[in-house]
Amino acid sequence: MKKRNVALWVYFAFLIMPIYWMLNTSFKTNDEILSYLHWYPHDFTVQNYVQIFTSPFWRRGFLNSIAFVSLNVLIVIIAAVPAAYAFSRWNFRGDKHLFFWLLTNRMAPPAAFIVPFFALYSNIGLFDTHIAVALAHALFNLPLAIWILEGFMSGIPRQIDETAFVDGYSFPRFFTKIFFPLISQGIAVAAFFAFLFSWVELLLARTLTSTVAKPITVTLSRSLGAGGWDWGVLAAAGVLTMVPGALVVYFIRNLMAKGFAMGRV
Amino acid sequence: MKNRAWWFLLPSLAVMSLSAFIPLMTVINYAQYSVFPGSAPQYIGMENFASVLQDPVFIGSLRRQVLFSFEVLLIEIPLGLGLALALPKKGKWVGWSLVLLGIPLLIPWNVVGIIWRVFTRSDLGAVPAMFNWFGYAGYNASLNSADAWWTVVAMDVWHWTPLVVLLCYAGLQAIPEEFYRAAKIDGASAWSTFIYVTLPKLRHALILAVLLRFMDSFKIYAEPFQLTGGGPGNSTTFLSIYTSRKAIGGFNMGFGAAVSIIYFFLVILISWLLYTAMLNVGGGNSK
Repeated sequence: MKKRNVALWVYFAFLIMPIYWMLNTSFKTNDEILSYLHWYPHDFTVQNYVQIFTSPFWRRGFLNSIAFVSLNVLIVIIAAVPAAYAFSRWNFRGDKHLFFWLLTNRMAPPAAFIVPFFALYSNIGLFDTHIAVALAHALFNLPLAIWILEGFMSGIPRQIDETAFVDGYSFPRFFTKIFFPLISQGIAVAAFFAFLFSWVELLLARTLTSTVAKPITVTLSRSLGAGGWDWGVLAAAGVLTMVPGALVVYFIRNLMAKGFAMGRV
Repeated sequence: MKNRAWWFLLPSLAVMSLSAFIPLMTVINYAQYSVFPGSAPQYIGMENFASVLQDPVFIGSLRRQVLFSFEVLLIEIPLGLGLALALPKKGKWVGWSLVLLGIPLLIPWNVVGIIWRVFTRSDLGAVPAMFNWFGYAGYNASLNSADAWWTVVAMDVWHWTPLVVLLCYAGLQAIPEEFYRAAKIDGASAWSTFIYVTLPKLRHALILAVLLRFMDSFKIYAEPFQLTGGGPGNSTTFLSIYTSRKAIGGFNMGFGAAVSIIYFFLVILISWLLYTAMLNVGGGNSK
């Protein structure tokens, strides 16, 4: 009993330490960061955060990220719900192969796709738009969402559909009034994972944007490349990029356990 | 009636054609040409593939990538399973533990790299100071390749073990209490209960954890890119870093495309091998 608690505390300490160090750095002046190794800020300052909130350069990055992540979640859910319904309810020629092909895209390394993505989206005039990044992220998010939703839908007995049709429900009415409420939790789980993987991705987002749609992750990355960077601001921006994720995790912690229990991540 | 399914699939297929099918076909097409910006592409058949396989930097990154993926699997799977077993099953700490575990998973991947860079840099990080304190003064992740390697491994363990914990934890919650009671009545030791009750029931969750961790560690890009930039030298240049260098470098795009195809093929092949291997191991005592 005792031993396992010690192990857990050690692990959680390991989990928190790098994050604590980032927080610690974000409240220090650059002078303190570079000249002393203090375990907490002696010269406490929020200047780094003020600088971020007052600069349109950083603010735009945040807004761009939120824009393409929301678009991605929207596209993925709208496309995945009917597809998952088809896979869970009907047998049709090639369904197994198609399902498997969709899943292999979850394995596709984005690095392998950057050149064709760039070429394709430049040709159709979508380069440097939010929609381009949202579509590119569908590469791994759409198969995942179909997989998750198919699992949820297969858990709902077919008799429910049949009874509804016998009762004279039209398909759209059945879908919105009966089926949708039943799978709302599955949709929340799928949306959560789409949010997650779109929010954290860098490579495709960086390849497909230049100025207008540049996400916060790229802003951070590019700033780091330039020499003599302002570490305090960088740390503060890093801390801020953790906030949306932390909030989401906090609000859906119970759902998260459920989504993992479906065994489909 | 049967055709209705295709109407339902239409939106997904439309999206996937833009995000997967057309790009893949483009890569396959490029790979057979010598494509230099500003000049007409020249058909060269399989030559690109041959030169990829002969490129020592490619072979080096591939070897490093395989080693890295297996190292993190060997650390993260047992560690994640152990922690899932150690987590409380109910009570007020469950929610907080899950929140804490979820946080690293939701940090943008390059920010994970930045966090670890700030944490381990020799001029402003805590790690060199701690090593110094324990008597290892030479720690420097940007100069010493062994330090860089193990820092990237530690970062990946930090970043992804929570996923394994969550998967195993959910799997554990799904095992009915009766199984444990029955094992207790039969006088099974804690160890044999673990081997004969817990482990077989967790097989599905473990297969998933291994496959996901393999696929994603094999694709790792942003974290080492930000932490070490693939260096010092090429000591932390993984396949994705190599591939994107070749793809964007203003260099023969056909070569980059050939790298991409070999890379994609390898992920699918090794995932499939792992999957079949895991299905066969202990396949007898499942369900």
